[in-house]
Amino acid sequence: MSAIVEKRSEINPFQAPRNLHTLRRQVSNLLIVVLSLLATIFAAAVLLYLLLYVLRAGLPYINLDLFTQIPTPNGEPGGGLANSIQGSLIIVGLASLFGIPLGLFTGIYLSEFGRGAIAIGVRFLVEVLTGIPTIIFGLFAWIFIVEPQQTFSGLAGGVALGIIMIPIVARTSEEVLRLVPKELREASLALGATESRTILRVVIPAARNGIITGIVLAMARIAGETAPLLMTAFGNPFFNTDITQPMDALPLRIFNFAESPYQAQVNQAYAGSLVLIFLILLTSFAIRWATGGFKSGSR
Amino acid sequence: MSIQVRNLNVWYGDSQALYNVDLDIESRGATAIIGPSGCGKSTFIRCLNRMHEEIAGGRVAGEVLINGVNIYNRTIQPMFVRRHIGMVFQRPNPLPTRSIFENVALGPRLNGLGSGGALKEIVERSIRRAALWDEVKDRLGEPASALSGGQQQRLCIARALALEPTVLLMDEPCSALDPISTFQVEELIRELKQTYTVVIVTHNMQQAGRVAERTAFFLQGRLIEEEKTELFFAHPKRKETEDYISGRFG
Amino acid sequence: MQQSFSRARGRVRFFEGSSLRLSDTLFRGFTLLLVLFVVVIVAGVAWVLVSNALPTIRQFGWSFLTNRAFDPVHNVYGVAPAIFGTLVTSAFALLFAVPIGVGTAIYLVDFCPRPLQKPLAFLIELLAAVPSVIYGLFGFLVLAPWLQSTGQPWLQRYLGFLPLFQGQFHGLSLLTAGIILVIMILPLITSVSREVILTTPTAQREALLALGATRWEVIRHAVFPYARVGITGGTILALGRALGETMAVTMVVGNQASPISPHFFDTGYTLASVIANQFNEATPGLFFSAVIEAGLLVFFITLITNILARILIYRMGQGRVGGFVA
Repeated sequence: MSAIVEKRSEINPFQAPRNLHTLRRQVSNLLIVVLSLLATIFAAAVLLYLLLYVLRAGLPYINLDLFTQIPTPNGEPGGGLANSIQGSLIIVGLASLFGIPLGLFTGIYLSEFGRGAIAIGVRFLVEVLTGIPTIIFGLFAWIFIVEPQQTFSGLAGGVALGIIMIPIVARTSEEVLRLVPKELREASLALGATESRTILRVVIPAARNGIITGIVLAMARIAGETAPLLMTAFGNPFFNTDITQPMDALPLRIFNFAESPYQAQVNQAYAGSLVLIFLILLTSFAIRWATGGFKSGSR
Repeated sequence: MSIQVRNLNVWYGDSQALYNVDLDIESRGATAIIGPSGCGKSTFIRCLNRMHEEIAGGRVAGEVLINGVNIYNRTIQPMFVRRHIGMVFQRPNPLPTRSIFENVALGPRLNGLGSGGALKEIVERSIRRAALWDEVKDRLGEPASALSGGQQQRLCIARALALEPTVLLMDEPCSALDPISTFQVEELIRELKQTYTVVIVTHNMQQAGRVAERTAFFLQGRLIEEEKTELFFAHPKRKETEDYISGRFG
Repeated sequence: MQQSFSRARGRVRFFEGSSLRLSDTLFRGFTLLLVLFVVVIVAGVAWVLVSNALPTIRQFGWSFLTNRAFDPVHNVYGVAPAIFGTLVTSAFALLFAVPIGVGTAIYLVDFCPRPLQKPLAFLIELLAAVPSVIYGLFGFLVLAPWLQSTGQPWLQRYLGFLPLFQGQFHGLSLLTAGIILVIMILPLITSVSREVILTTPTAQREALLALGATRWEVIRHAVFPYARVGITGGTILALGRALGETMAVTMVVGNQASPISPHFFDTGYTLASVIANQFNEATPGLFFSAVIEAGLLVFFITLITNILARILIYRMGQGRVGGFVA
């Protein structure tokens, strides 16, 4: 029976007892502080190192040509990624056309109308969609669009990316719509507005910031997606605005060039990465700042 | 076990909550702290065991001497202050998934006060002192969440007592309890105050009358009056005290 | 708090036609139509996968999971090395990402100076915003060469008694993929853990503090029991992410079959990388079907882990993993 007797000094009972037990407690505590700090430093350092490395490797190759020229054949010097950027814009635009309405209205359904088993089912499906690796949607579009058409196309890429957008937009929309106080809806109805009018003219505008944030973040997210485009848009070394034909995209080009034997292309891969990161991070930052996401009270 | 508060000023960030509080509390016995909502009584009691500084932006200036030692002395770590000054909270907060035994044993375990048989003794003694033993002696292994509100609060008292505190702080301990449990806890306090120095915050003036020898009245962050309880209610010295007692404001 | 119209209107039931205006009916109908379309898409994806994988399912059955290679010459297809690679890299990723992620979360909530908390948390969340192709690029061009020249030899020198670190060095290897995955799932685990730790009831923390506990003791006794379920849910979500990660892994894992062995420096491949690599080679017929079946497997595995994770997180009563859109 071990009893660690605690010496309580009559003079100052609040001093730390000098025994092994207390020492062990303090050491354990300190150890955890140090370990968790190291973990945090690791995480932060990795990010910074990655960003700075890409910055350093890509910045020298950012020039006007990058945004106006198409890639040169066989890694000859010069050229750019203009067609990739253009392709990305077109495909993301196409995806948004498809994904935003589907996602938004699913969010509206879940927030405003959904009740009972159907809503639970729909919500479940949305969650399922969120967890599916994006290449699967590429496979879907490959089988559904590419194979029958016997050609890779920007359209297939847009569809694949659009499907990826749906759950993202649905979840963020539902969340912000729910936050709109029910008093607002009740007031509108009490004034005689119809339900559809209330939703369209009162609720959605009230949640507008959050909805836009969700949409923009979803677009930024799919702008960086590569896997689904491998087998749909496939890539194209030339300018192409015909969505029924193979189309290039920035992530595709980066993938392609990163593994290239030509240093010039590798350099452009870095440059393209820099552009991509910059756009995505800028978008995330900007949209949060613009809609007050950095105010105190936000997590 | 006596407490002397000297020139206590307390802030939440930039806003000041307590102004120049001076108060003496004698060894043993119970002192009630009363006052309307927001007057600073909870803030005050949390300064007696250095809990206030755990809040974001919490800041304390002044001295709190317990048995002559200033607990805010720079050489003293808050953790060892809290170990000697027990606290019971408004809502009973036992660790819900741990057993009744474990809840009371946690304090002694953490502070190395014993293990095995010695620990069992400490736990039994504390639960007995909290007038809870007969109700739980056969089910010490059950989770604390199985107890009723009143029992949980007495469990929290037992938990505090297990560390043999010099002072027992109680922040509205009966607010969340039904009348019967309240009665039981008040009985318990009357007993405990014979051994410990008890400081009890309450919004219920009658409770102060039932339980405490001395009563202190706080208003808007200041200590207005402090006196023997019978004198306090029968002949309040300050107008604000009288107004509060007679219910002119809540 | 359910704020739907059903509540606001009292007991109006869905499709109670006469008390709804025409515009309402149209609106509801339109919304429902789109939702239906989404449902059809999900079903369609599953259907398309299953039906196109049927040829190999019928041909090989369970042996698809044990056959050693994609062999178009002999028309035998199997994903055993792919499954091995997937499991091994994901397990490695979890092994390191969980302690680092939870540790970071603990630091951010309990020890970090207040003004630094949100910026640091945001910085780490930025890791999640970086597209996987860029992780792949970094892994291929920077990490892999370094591992081959420095990292792996170092590991073999000091820890070479473990079969894990024996054998030939390959820059593009299971180890590289594992390391990249650690970085990629780290922000998810950190974010979920942080959310969950933040919602630990203050009353519980105070109970521990009042007993004279150290910060770590407060975490151990008040926070962990509460946060454990949520953190586990987050871990499983992260696992799902790791299992399905395609681009970064494809670029660094080597994509060559090695005999299934405990040598972590070997090249390998994962289910996801098989799809990325083989889809273009796939001739119609069994080959094509095999690629699709690999996709079906990925779909299935990630579906299960996702459901498991959501169940756990719902059990915590949170319903949603904060604002983090995984």
